[in-house]
Amino acid sequence: MNVLRPDSAAAVEEAIATAAAERTPLEITGAGTKRGWGRPVEAAQGLSLAGLRGITLYEAEELVLSARAGTTLAEIELSLAQKGQQLAFEPPDWAGLYGAAPGTQTIGGIIACNLAGPRRLTAGAARDHLLGFHAVSGRGEPFKSGGRVVKNVTGFDLSKLMAGSFGTLAVMTEVTLKVLPRPETAATLLLLGQDAATAVGSMAAALGSSNEVSGAAWLPATLAGRLGIGEGAAVTALRFEGLAESVAYRVAALGSLIPGAAARLEGVASDAFWRAVGNADPLASDPLASDPPASDPARDLWRVSVAPLDGARLIAALPEAEAYLDWAGGLVWLALPASTDGGAARVRQAKGQAGHATLVRAGAEARARTQVFEPEPPALTALSRRIKASFDPLGLLNPGRMVEGR
Amino acid sequence: MKMPTPDAAIVARRREIADHLQRLLAPESVIASDEERRVYESDGLTAYRQPPLIAVLPSSTAEVSAVLAYCQVEGIKIVPRGAGTSLSGGALPLADAITLGLGKLNRVLEIDLPNRTVTVQPGVTNLGITRAVEHAGFYYAPDPSSQIACTIGGNIAENSGGVHCLKYGLTTNNVLGLEFVLMNGEVVRLGGKHLDAGGYDLMGVLTGSEGLLGVVTEVTVRVLPKPSHLKAMMIGFPTSEQAGECVARVIAGGIIPAGMEMMDKPAIHAAEAFVHVGYPLDVGALLIIELDGPECEIDAYMVRIEAIAGECSAVSCRVSRSEAERLGFWAGRKAAFPAVGRISPDYYCMDGTIPRRRLAEVLARMEALSAQYGLKVANVFHAGDGNLHPLILYDANQPGELERCEEFGAEILKLCVEVGGVLTGEHGVGVEKRDLMPAMFDEHDLDHQMRLKCAFDPDHLLNPGKVFPQLRRCAELGRMHVHHGELPFPDLERF
Ligand SMILES: Cc1cc2nc3c(=O)[nH]c(=O)nc-3n(C[C@H](O)[C@H](O)[C@H](O)COP(=O)(O)OP(=O)(O)OC[C@H]3O[C@@H](n4cnc5c(N)ncnc54)[C@H](O)[C@@H]3O)c2cc1C
Ligand SMILES: Cc1cc2nc3c(=O)[nH]c(=O)nc-3n(C[C@H](O)[C@H](O)[C@H](O)COP(=O)(O)OP(=O)(O)OC[C@H]3O[C@@H](n4cnc5c(N)ncnc54)[C@H](O)[C@@H]3O)c2cc1C
Repeated sequence: MNVLRPDSAAAVEEAIATAAAERTPLEITGAGTKRGWGRPVEAAQGLSLAGLRGITLYEAEELVLSARAGTTLAEIELSLAQKGQQLAFEPPDWAGLYGAAPGTQTIGGIIACNLAGPRRLTAGAARDHLLGFHAVSGRGEPFKSGGRVVKNVTGFDLSKLMAGSFGTLAVMTEVTLKVLPRPETAATLLLLGQDAATAVGSMAAALGSSNEVSGAAWLPATLAGRLGIGEGAAVTALRFEGLAESVAYRVAALGSLIPGAAARLEGVASDAFWRAVGNADPLASDPLASDPPASDPARDLWRVSVAPLDGARLIAALPEAEAYLDWAGGLVWLALPASTDGGAARVRQAKGQAGHATLVRAGAEARARTQVFEPEPPALTALSRRIKASFDPLGLLNPGRMVEGR
Repeated sequence: MKMPTPDAAIVARRREIADHLQRLLAPESVIASDEERRVYESDGLTAYRQPPLIAVLPSSTAEVSAVLAYCQVEGIKIVPRGAGTSLSGGALPLADAITLGLGKLNRVLEIDLPNRTVTVQPGVTNLGITRAVEHAGFYYAPDPSSQIACTIGGNIAENSGGVHCLKYGLTTNNVLGLEFVLMNGEVVRLGGKHLDAGGYDLMGVLTGSEGLLGVVTEVTVRVLPKPSHLKAMMIGFPTSEQAGECVARVIAGGIIPAGMEMMDKPAIHAAEAFVHVGYPLDVGALLIIELDGPECEIDAYMVRIEAIAGECSAVSCRVSRSEAERLGFWAGRKAAFPAVGRISPDYYCMDGTIPRRRLAEVLARMEALSAQYGLKVANVFHAGDGNLHPLILYDANQPGELERCEEFGAEILKLCVEVGGVLTGEHGVGVEKRDLMPAMFDEHDLDHQMRLKCAFDPDHLLNPGKVFPQLRRCAELGRMHVHHGELPFPDLERF
């Protein structure tokens, strides 16, 4: 595929205007780490933002950072770490899921996919941290929205619309993010041997207490074993972050509220565990295949968002799946034996009406055949289509990525 | 303030339209008499008044839908209204529009504490949500000062916040699910009790859309467990600049307090005279910082903050020793607006946000403007997030003073944009800041926002005259301008 690599916002504008004149649809990419997600894009030409790099503004005391869209997350995280700060929504790195190089994903791609890690529970997702952006729409017109201050209600909040639009509305050229102090210490309490339903109850109790839990996950014994914890038992993990004395106090307070804590992960061990949970490491590779090629996964991978208490119920309804829970039960990761529809019928039936299920990894054929993202009711479909048409009337940007024919 | 010219034909049909509406709703829910319509003639921005064509008070989603569908067909405009506390004229009626009051939709539908959610109708007050769950130790975090009165529907439309937003976010960060009605009467549901609704984030777009995109008829919010402890400290500084410096250093030091509010000298004096809570009167600025969490954490942070305040030349520092004292610290801040109302015949509350480090410069330039316009200013700030509320003191009975005050206010907001901030931090654009939008957005920016409006409401029937300086026809906005050779018009879907 011919890939355009603009190195300035003006060049992006030029590229899209040309595409509009020639009616050439474009596949919009950052670094290519999540190309396997979503439906295969129906475009013969690529537009890579990877050349649009660099942090353009970083004011630590203002908690704000701006960067060109193709800046790698690794570069941003390095700058933030030097000032003791972080992106609090913990952008995960899914390179492992798709067999891409870790650390290369771009900030534009992260925002476009609205990703978030285990801290989503308390800190929000990418959408909650995008203060403003510059972009070029499918009309070839540059526009901006939002700003660089945290409190802003001036005009419609187009930042929310950009986050999670998978590059189908506009190509972001620069983003401005809210950053936050990195917690001074972290510790993770492990409860061993709970089944999913019991774990969901424990997590609800923990999050309903005033102990400020910033991560709550459950892994069955096999998956915990793959991360080297749990000693053969299922693991319920609760994270605490902040000042050392506060973490110690809250760990103790929670320990007496929910007895049975068997172990603790401190510092780097705690960090590594939550990174693995966010990156879907326990399910990323296929333990059944000897050397699974990432492009041809042997198992279909689903990411399902439900009300926290429904997580355990969903797992029980899919006994053939390997699964674990993040977000206190509200995020269910599932691996199913590969099938022609990616398992969509099974998963959506088990999930029921509420929540949404996304096929995160499957062969290209399954992804083209099935609705990768949650199907929308008709009134919402019509509205989403009108929104797409308003930003990208010619259907140039990532056609087919989210929904067939759009 | 120029509002769209009322459609005389619609105004002439008032009786007939009211009769029709009485068939869609209970007769007592349709308000068409001159006297009763006047109840709705303004909102929190009382400088503007206009009785609505008719006011209707639906009591179900189905009734909202029926009213909107009828109005869509007849080409009648709609102004949604919650409690009418908007400070930017968002709920200001139009002479040819129906005001759709949502106050009767005031039931708490479901409390689900294990999932930490509450589902309510839009007319439930902000504080009403907390009241519904506080017995179990939970609360709803966004807390506009108007929380006793304002509705969650209005909060969503305005993306409201309060002193707790610094740490806990605005409305948009705390809403999980919505039901809303499109102008054509279609009912749409977004999200639920789960996170990240999937698809385009229309919930994020509706939040803060000032009633221009749809009418919210049901809301699911998340509620949080109450922190185990709360303490406030009150620190006095010789100048606002030094207080501002302290705020910056606290945040740079890795501390995000639950709230961080600042008042300048005129505001402190007005508040103390009003509530008598022992504010120091010999300081130029007062910072109120609230911390929440375990006591050991609060105490450790307080030690750090006190040290930082010392470096910034603080002259006094008091820590609350009881819940009553903590509430006392806040009493003055929370009553700052009415307190200022006692020292001046009228005041005009502005709302802009700036990057915090430009505070000193903005204050200095505001002082110069104050001298230039001959009007005094009292300042209260949401200091943690750079959200300023300059209160311009004036006397509406002096000819020309309101106009001078408005001009001064506009200068302040333009100044906010000039230093990298925005026109409104929490009160919304409404009619008030509508004509200033071009100070922040160019034509492309506004066109992209207006096209979004067209996707929801192609005939501009929902709350017209608000937010956008002028609404362009959707067909015209839909055209593509391609600079490489002329394109025929795309085959746009008609809606
Ligand atoms: C060296 C190289 C060679 C390549 N060769 C080929 C090839 O031979 N064949 C081929 O088909 N492709 C090729 N590509 C394109 C490459 O596959 C894409 O860069 C990559 O697939 C993009 O993945 P991604 O969009 O998931 O990345 P991510 O950055 O993870 O993007 C994820 C999502 O975000 C969207 N997105 C990313 N950035 C933005 C933005 N700034 N604004 C709006 N939306 C955005 C994307 O459209 C996508 O929906 C090549 C790229 C490179 C760098
Ligand atoms: C004393 C005082 C203090 C205040 N303090 C704060 C503060 O600290 N922070 C803050 O953010 N704001 C504050 N405000 C402003 C105001 O209270 C908020 O904007 C509030 O959210 C408005 O809610 P309401 O129910 O009164 O809405 P209204 O004033 O009735 O309407 C506001 C807007 O919302 C729309 N609307 C209302 N209900 C719906 C619905 N169900 N669906 C769609 N659109 C709807 C209306 O059309 C209008 O555009 C304050 C106001 C006062 C008077």
